[in-house]
Amino acid sequence: MTVQTIPLSWYLAISALLFILGALGVLIRRNPLIIFMSVELMLNAANLVFVAFARSFGVLTGQIFVFFVMTVSAAEVAVGLALIIIIFRNKHSIDVDLMNSLKG
Amino acid sequence: MTLTLGLFIVLAAVAVASAVGLLVSRNTVYAALFLVLNFATVAVFYLLLGAPFIALAQVTIYAGAIMVLFLFVIMLLGADALPRRQVLPWQRPLAIALAAVLLAEAGFLLFQRVHLSANLANPEAAVNTTESLRTLGMALFSQYLLPFEVTSVLLLVAMVGVIVLTKKVKGEPG
Amino acid sequence: MENSGLFSLVPLIVFLPVCGLLVNIIFGGRMNEKAIGAVASAASGLAFVVAGLLGFALWAGRGEAVVVPFADWIHIGDLNVAWNFRVDSLSVLMMLVVSGVGTLIHIYAIGYMHEDVRFKNDTGRYRRFFVFLNLFIAMMMILVSGDSYLMLFVGWEGVGLCSFLLIGFWYDMDTLGRPSFANSNAARKAFITNRIGDLGFLLAGFTMFWAFKDLSFAGVFGGAEQLASISPGVILFITLFLLVGVAGKSAQLPLYVWLPDAMAGPTPVSALIHAATMVTAGVYLVARSAPLYTLVPQAQSVVALVGGITALFAATIAVGQYDIKKVLAYSTISQLGFMVAAVGMGAYVAGMFHLVTHAFFKALLFLSAGSVILGLERGHHQLAHHGGHASPTPHQDPHTPGDQHAEDVFDPGDMRNMGGLRRQMPVTFWLYLIGTLALAGIFPLAGFWSKDEILLDAAKNFPLVYILLTAAAFFTAFYMGRQVWMVWFGKPRHPAAEHAQESPKVITVPLMVLAGLSLLGGALNLPYVHTLGKWLEHTIAAAEHEVEVAPWLAVSWGGLNPFVALLSLALALVAIFIAWLLYGRKPLAEGQKDPLKKLLGPVFTVFERKYWVDEAYWAVFVDRYVDIARFLANVVDGRFWHDFIHDRVIAGTYNWLSRVVLDLHVDQQFIDAIANGLGRLTTRISASLRRLQNGFVRSYALAVLAGVVVILGYLILK
Repeated sequence: MTVQTIPLSWYLAISALLFILGALGVLIRRNPLIIFMSVELMLNAANLVFVAFARSFGVLTGQIFVFFVMTVSAAEVAVGLALIIIIFRNKHSIDVDLMNSLKG
Repeated sequence: MTLTLGLFIVLAAVAVASAVGLLVSRNTVYAALFLVLNFATVAVFYLLLGAPFIALAQVTIYAGAIMVLFLFVIMLLGADALPRRQVLPWQRPLAIALAAVLLAEAGFLLFQRVHLSANLANPEAAVNTTESLRTLGMALFSQYLLPFEVTSVLLLVAMVGVIVLTKKVKGEPG
Repeated sequence: MENSGLFSLVPLIVFLPVCGLLVNIIFGGRMNEKAIGAVASAASGLAFVVAGLLGFALWAGRGEAVVVPFADWIHIGDLNVAWNFRVDSLSVLMMLVVSGVGTLIHIYAIGYMHEDVRFKNDTGRYRRFFVFLNLFIAMMMILVSGDSYLMLFVGWEGVGLCSFLLIGFWYDMDTLGRPSFANSNAARKAFITNRIGDLGFLLAGFTMFWAFKDLSFAGVFGGAEQLASISPGVILFITLFLLVGVAGKSAQLPLYVWLPDAMAGPTPVSALIHAATMVTAGVYLVARSAPLYTLVPQAQSVVALVGGITALFAATIAVGQYDIKKVLAYSTISQLGFMVAAVGMGAYVAGMFHLVTHAFFKALLFLSAGSVILGLERGHHQLAHHGGHASPTPHQDPHTPGDQHAEDVFDPGDMRNMGGLRRQMPVTFWLYLIGTLALAGIFPLAGFWSKDEILLDAAKNFPLVYILLTAAAFFTAFYMGRQVWMVWFGKPRHPAAEHAQESPKVITVPLMVLAGLSLLGGALNLPYVHTLGKWLEHTIAAAEHEVEVAPWLAVSWGGLNPFVALLSLALALVAIFIAWLLYGRKPLAEGQKDPLKKLLGPVFTVFERKYWVDEAYWAVFVDRYVDIARFLANVVDGRFWHDFIHDRVIAGTYNWLSRVVLDLHVDQQFIDAIANGLGRLTTRISASLRRLQNGFVRSYALAVLAGVVVILGYLILK
């Protein structure tokens, strides 16, 4: 069986689509958890681009970078969720729109 | 029509569908599960791209740890849908419009401007799973040692920070 | 000329009196009265000595005029006036008269003022009197010794000032020592009337400069003949306006009104200034300007007529006066009229001769009148404070001057209070008699000779003036006789007169000197000899135009016409006889009305009231001037200028401008609008921009996305 290869640009297109969907999620949803998840989606899209290019150029650097991104995002999720819990404790609601005390 | 292409298309559809599902579901748990599906799909993509370690790391870290954490917090906070209240009426239409524009721009850039004619090589070709893993490990501990160590410190800091942040002070209502 | 050295002494005639007054000013506070008077009299006396030396030098030099330059004064463009002294026979004559009579009056004043300041209770003023007197002598010397009309005018003004200062010497009290402004009013009247005359002099002076570009005598007289042939109108103008000045200074019609009022000053002042010297300045001026006057006979006629009319006018007024000094004042005006008429007709020698003799006997009369007044005051004070004791010297009055002990007001100069004084004051009586006879023109006293010369010239040249002057001479004799009989004969009509006392020697000795001069003064210009005439010939070319006269007038015994002389003598004797009939045969009793009043009725009232001239002047000029001043002050300045222009127009416009235009419209509506508008604009912009910071994280994220889209778009489109 002949295996046809997939062009790089396809992978990039998928990545872009996922990224945009993640951005939409950040903008539209009011639940901070959903927003956070959308952010993870965006990070994933970026990771996909890295790996695609690593494969394209034949180096491992991209994969190493993805490794680090995953680590950092894990740490970031932990801290972020802790913050959301704290805010919930104070405000008893997780509507992002209620957190507008920085209003000018 | 090959296996790869068909697989790719199916995977792409699932990925996009799960992303959309995350976007629209009212129930937070459903949204988390959609995201897990998305991660899994992306992991398969990694496999297709010849990064087995990353693929498994993706499943382990993202789908396994992070999403479980998410679900814990969802459980704490409650998965109720938020009351319908539109404070920013223009937000949704404008965001969709901008996203559409951005999509158009990205498409234009990718397919009209930037010519990436390179075809990605077969995954089996010149990729030895064990060999790639070894190479990755070697690179990680030699060339990228400093970021590695710094990342470990980062994880430590995150752990300590989380504990400190969420520690209940005596008498504080929680 | 070996005598030229003496001529250089001439500035001393001015500066000796100046030194005298400076010494008295600086050291007078520490000197006693005798010393002050001695210094002043010495200054005047030394000036007389210098004048004598100058006269001698002139006589030795055959009478040619000498100009002694002293200092450069003004040098502006065409105007070049230097202070030069002119020593010629005319000026030396005046110098001698002024300093000679002046010195005698200084000595007299030592005694007179000694008593006067005690009667008025202000001994501190003694020094001031002598300072002013010396100042007067200095100014008069400048007047007669100047070589130009401007220097003459400097002295002219100076003597006017001294006249003001001395008339108003007792500026805050009247003759009896009560607070009053009468004396300062009289001084002011003198000054203002003189000023009107000075205006005439100034106009003449300006015309002279315009015509001749020169004010010195030499310059003016040099160019006069030529100018007269071209346009005699200019010379006529000059001479007529000089006449205005003469009328002011020498008290002719219509500016004589100040002289009777000037009697308010102390008697030495009346004698020196208003009889002997200052008032003769006008006569001197006409004599000095002889070259101008001879060119315009019309002006000469005017001058002569003015003099003649004044002479008769004043003589008639003198008939009706009761104050001893007022009679003498009007007599002075009348005699000045004689002099002015004389020099007006061209009889310069006659005029100057009468000037000199008049100085002698009028000074004598005035000083004697002063002696009489003092005598009455001594009597009055003795009565008031000693109740009848004879006290030879007056004492310092412990009471204020205004204290009259409930007596009625006593005027020591009123002849109606006098009478029979020849018993109380015999020395003064005889001296007064000599003066009277001299004034009346009785042979052989001085007045006879001088007056007759004038009458003769008038008869020859100007018959109308001759009639006026003869009538005036008749009245002169009459009123002097009236005075003598009222004052010295009969019975005293007031207790003060009963107790009047004779004056001390310091007062009577100068009188004796003057009496001697009045007796012998005729010798100055006797017929056939004509000493004065020859003396003055060097300066004043006597234009002897032979006129056709009647044969009886042409008779001349060495210059004297017997018919004219006898006629005037006869008239004088007749006048004295009539006076005896009225006042001597039945002496005036106390409280009795003047017998002439019964005789003449309303005519006498006219004389008594001085023809109401003063009242007319007040009504026509002074009151109208006050009306104008009041109008200008209240209406023009007050209502129009201040209230209307200033307050309503100017201030109102400013107020309206600032309130309505600037404040309301410009400031509030326009500028404030801009300022506030800017503020509000900024507020609105910021308010609208503020809404971006709505605090919602999602909208911030949207903004970030929008930025990304824009940048990508830009990159694409590039």
